[in-house]
Amino acid sequence: MAAPMSLLVEFGGGAELLFDGVKKHQVTLPCQPEPWDIRNLLKWIKQNLLKERPELFIQGDTVRPGILVLINDADWELMGELDYKLQDQDNVVFISTLHGG
Amino acid sequence: MALSEAARLRAEIGRREQELGALQGQLAAVLAREAAEELAAGPALPPLEARASLSPAEILRYSRQLVLPELGVRGQLRLSRCAVLVVGCGGLGCPLAQYLAAAGIGRLGLVDHDVVEMSNLHRQVLHGEAREGLPKALSAAATLRQLNSRVQYVPYHLALSPGTALELVRQYDVVADCSDNVPTRYLVSDACVLAGKPLVSASALRLEGQLVVYNYRGGPCYRCLFPKPPLPETVTNCADGGVLGVVPGIMGCIQALEVLKIASGIGSAFNQFMLMFDALEGRFRNIRLRPKKPDCAICGDKPTLTSLQDYEAFCGSSATDKCRTLCLLPSEQRISVEEYKKLLDEQVPHILVDVRPQVEVDICYLVHSVHIPLSKLEGKNEECLKFLEKRICEEKQRTNGKMTFPVYVICKLGNDSQKAVRVLQELSDKELGLILAKDIRGGLMAWASKIDPSFPQY
Repeated sequence: MAAPMSLLVEFGGGAELLFDGVKKHQVTLPCQPEPWDIRNLLKWIKQNLLKERPELFIQGDTVRPGILVLINDADWELMGELDYKLQDQDNVVFISTLHGG
Repeated sequence: MALSEAARLRAEIGRREQELGALQGQLAAVLAREAAEELAAGPALPPLEARASLSPAEILRYSRQLVLPELGVRGQLRLSRCAVLVVGCGGLGCPLAQYLAAAGIGRLGLVDHDVVEMSNLHRQVLHGEAREGLPKALSAAATLRQLNSRVQYVPYHLALSPGTALELVRQYDVVADCSDNVPTRYLVSDACVLAGKPLVSASALRLEGQLVVYNYRGGPCYRCLFPKPPLPETVTNCADGGVLGVVPGIMGCIQALEVLKIASGIGSAFNQFMLMFDALEGRFRNIRLRPKKPDCAICGDKPTLTSLQDYEAFCGSSATDKCRTLCLLPSEQRISVEEYKKLLDEQVPHILVDVRPQVEVDICYLVHSVHIPLSKLEGKNEECLKFLEKRICEEKQRTNGKMTFPVYVICKLGNDSQKAVRVLQELSDKELGLILAKDIRGGLMAWASKIDPSFPQY
């Protein structure tokens, strides 16, 4: 049984516009039988935080192309991507890449 | 009579002078494009000569950086032998090129297909009011020449294409991606991988910036990080999203710093790191990135791409940052600004709904319009729908009340208004009474250019 977990979830690069323009979300994930990983977190975000147009954030069970996921200031690919097991007080950032100049 | 005749002639002269100015601008653009195409396709530029020492004039000029042990004479000589290709002479490219020229880089290739517009000047600081309509590559080179005439400037008034990119990139030592669209970012990155050149890439939008050095010392390329392009509808340009001029200014300066460090032999600190800048919080953040991916399509162990491809097809969008034109509605559900003007003149009862965000309505609006942002419509915001229903009822009472009531929708360019019409159609009958929703093609910008020249354009 995974204990409730406190995380700082952040959105940037325009991704925050799907979350009422709010960049920082201090969230508490409830207890659940499975350990919390990024895959579960994405589902939880879709149900609890996402305000509009989910397809601009999530595609299938992962983030849409063009969104970079950072776990404690590291590229999620270095951390196991969807399978990364979340720890209490982790910082997870979803950043939409910018193309303007 | 004599006075009005003189006034008429003056006005005529003014008009013709304006026409002449516009023609001269067009001619300059055509000549520049021809010259650039010749340059890109023609023989390679002569290599910059290796030199053993600096001249007394150079020593004086660069003395404040020469005394830095990290740079020194050796670093300065390396700068003078280095050719940098700047892709995009806009908000990033302007400050970048300015600092590279000031620092004494050997050669600057300046690529941009666009011409200077008034809405560029708040961030593209090498261009001035007098340069409106001139090719940006030429305008940038002209300003830079005044700053440092020792640097060689090679303006290319063209869009980088799969046909020209590789030859061009091969002629330079370091590439700076200062472009403004997704296809060009993939194109520049792939060309740098194939030519084996380091790529210093930055981007900016609204109040944020990002910077990565790609294809450098075992680090990733753009494709390693983004194997799949984003869907076109998820990409925002500066015209739609807005950008505070100083933000690309800051990112362009950091980009110049990393180019100078690579060119002088100091080396970039951003290998396998991404720099993120949040101007609102005043925060820089360093993100540790993945290394080069063994299965990357272009820089991996077994690349599937060995030449440049069609990047507009790959990304599903064009290689510019111009606004997209959506076509969601059949033509019978759309009217032109001319038709709308006629309907206004004939005082046909209707409601005009402006669906732009509040910040854009603050810039300008049509006085008789009802403002309901698209996001509130899409979210079926109760308060907004009640307000709209009330307004429709009021207007309907002025007619016999039996007809299907016309609701026209307007936005900036005629994209969001089409989405709004779809939402309104769903709401017709049940929530809003019987309505017939249509959108106004080309939006307020078409209104400004075709009907009311005094209406602001933005």
